[in-house]
Amino acid sequence: MTRRFWVFIEQENGKPHQVSWELIGVARRLAGEIADEVAASGEEVLVEAIVVGHNVKSVAEEGLKYGVDNVYVVDDEVFAHYRNQPYSKALVEVVQKYKPEVFFIGATTLGRDLAGAVATSLGTGLTADCTQIQMGAIKEGGPKLLLATRPAFGGNIIATIVCRTHRPQMASVRPRVFPMPDQVTEVKGEISYEKVDLTEDEIGAKIIKIIRSEKEAANVEYADVLVAGGRGVGGPEGFKLIKELADALGGVVASTRPCVDAGWITYDHQVGQTGKTVRPKLYIAAGVSGAIQHKVGMQDSDFIIAINRDPKAPIFEIATVGIVGDLFEVIPAIIKEINASKEVQHA
Amino acid sequence: MFHALVAVKQVPDTTNIRIDPETGNLIRQGVPTILNPYDAHALAAAVEWKQKLGGKITVISMGPPSTVTTIRECIEMGADRGIVITARQFAGADTLATSYVLATLMQYVHEQDPVSVVLFGKQAIDGDTAQVGPGVSIRMGLPLVTYAVKIHEINLEENYMVAERKTEAYNEIIRTPLPAGLTCEKEIAKIPYASLPNLVYSLKYEPEIWTHETPVMFPLDQIGLKGSPTWVFKTTQPELRKGGEVLKVAEMGVGPAVKSVLEKIKSSGVLNAVAGGAA
Ligand SMILES: Cc1cc2nc3c(=O)[nH]c(=O)nc-3n(C[C@H](O)[C@H](O)[C@H](O)COP(=O)(O)OP(=O)(O)OC[C@H]3O[C@@H](n4cnc5c(N)ncnc54)[C@H](O)[C@@H]3O)c2cc1C
Ligand SMILES: Nc1ncnc2c1ncn2[C@@H]1O[C@H](COP(=O)(O)O)[C@@H](O)[C@H]1O
Repeated sequence: MTRRFWVFIEQENGKPHQVSWELIGVARRLAGEIADEVAASGEEVLVEAIVVGHNVKSVAEEGLKYGVDNVYVVDDEVFAHYRNQPYSKALVEVVQKYKPEVFFIGATTLGRDLAGAVATSLGTGLTADCTQIQMGAIKEGGPKLLLATRPAFGGNIIATIVCRTHRPQMASVRPRVFPMPDQVTEVKGEISYEKVDLTEDEIGAKIIKIIRSEKEAANVEYADVLVAGGRGVGGPEGFKLIKELADALGGVVASTRPCVDAGWITYDHQVGQTGKTVRPKLYIAAGVSGAIQHKVGMQDSDFIIAINRDPKAPIFEIATVGIVGDLFEVIPAIIKEINASKEVQHA
Repeated sequence: MFHALVAVKQVPDTTNIRIDPETGNLIRQGVPTILNPYDAHALAAAVEWKQKLGGKITVISMGPPSTVTTIRECIEMGADRGIVITARQFAGADTLATSYVLATLMQYVHEQDPVSVVLFGKQAIDGDTAQVGPGVSIRMGLPLVTYAVKIHEINLEENYMVAERKTEAYNEIIRTPLPAGLTCEKEIAKIPYASLPNLVYSLKYEPEIWTHETPVMFPLDQIGLKGSPTWVFKTTQPELRKGGEVLKVAEMGVGPAVKSVLEKIKSSGVLNAVAGGAA
């Protein structure tokens, strides 16, 4: 028997979403975690990916570079732009044909829309928005199952979910939680095309317009430096100062939820349970109290600096370095210091 | 006639949840339950469209008997009919079993009294799975608009709806035939104030109670824990990293504090790879 670990490659207009490669990294690791079982039973384990879209050959080729054994491609005009029903139908058909043991989808807006529909059609279990993934037995000597771990109840507890008997074991996985895998030196995998019969008139939903905002959505998830403003910045004006510091560091502005709710900054900047999960090299949190729902989104940053007036703010419990002080005094001083050191370098 | 069917869930107010430090379990006692905030906005959207088109709103919820209070709250907001699906046999349902029960009973409602739109919250704040809306929609064969921020048009004569959804990169305007499923963001509509007639109506209103046997006889192996492919293997408390040194501006002055922090960043080496950084 062949044990297949599958990853859905998310793409838009032929541009892949990086979470797809992160998931291939996870799938490769998991395939290694069952190496003993596979060796004992003489089975074979394959790491494979599936991409749905139109003119997506280059995406499939890129996928091969991350070391998958096969990329299945469903390519047709009806899949040119993402829609729930056609994409679900395509995935369900191909999954039913190859019967993977595990199937990962990125927990992006698109991925979460898709995963729920696909799992339901397949009648299998799906764990949403996972942040830890492992293969492990749930009882001594039992077979290894997918152990999918996720925060629940507002990040107050971490739950590990298993799907014992139904296949595939599905999980949607948060972007940027797992590292990018290395590319392989020699591509061995292959691309094959799968035919899914579907015509445009069978699809109810029609996209009539796409509105892109003038400014591009903030790339909070993949920035190396993030400067986050919380309610302590006092209003939309305060975010100008945050932006100035972010610019000085070559970073991106992030935020907490209340600032987004108040309209001080747009949702694409929000970090936390209901926003993005980030793990930058440097995370500066200014005027952020450090509520659990915010922390779960940023606590894996390499270096955390907290600036807060209140010495008891919970953010200090996780900050690498904390500064107790007024952000309106501290941030301008940091900017001044950075600019001064840049001048020295240039002199 | 316009008929909106809204799926609502009673959830613990997760901002108030505490963990028992000894057992690591959730302390549910004394934690208030609320109408899931996104569902309240989904219902608000239904109320807005009922004001424009007439018709009626049915709310439906699967949950413990206490869900009756949540349903009353929905009636106050403007729902006309409320259904609570409750039975011990439903307990422990994951999203697959939940969407099965909801889809089956929504189909039943739809056959009696045709539905124009089925509204869900974007997600429930206790589980945050965002799976039930897509799951029910695919089971009922409804076109689905997730993360909806606006309903632009509902045209009952020509049987279509135009709605706008938000993705990470852009907004999409989608036209779908009716009935359609929507999962709603908070922007979709503002929560209305309960009007006096609604308040009076809600006081006397008795939500309908449905079970695993009526009006539909459910196979017991498809519902509740038995019908759920996923189950919780274990729960733990989130491990939070340890904090480091804390510098007090009031004691050392802002200049030295800032210099010290920048020194620490530099010596940690995190910024070496970062272009334009201070290192
Ligand atoms: C289901 C659910 C999901 C949620 N999801 C998220 C999420 O994804 N992301 C998120 O961030 N939150 C989320 N929240 C909200 C979260 O619980 C907190 O309310 C929020 O993170 C607090 O934001 P804050 O730190 O900006 O504001 P506050 O808690 O109000 O903190 C402001 C801080 O600023 C400090 N301050 C004020 N003035 C100054 C000054 N001049 N200088 C220095 N410091 C100053 C204060 O001391 C205070 O500590 C969620 C909540 C729920 C219930
Ligand atoms: N038990 C339930 N009863 C009724 N509606 C529900 C139930 N669970 C979830 N929903 C609906 O599905 C949405 C998404 O829930 P979830 O998938 O749990 O995040 C909620 O906002 C509700 O509209």
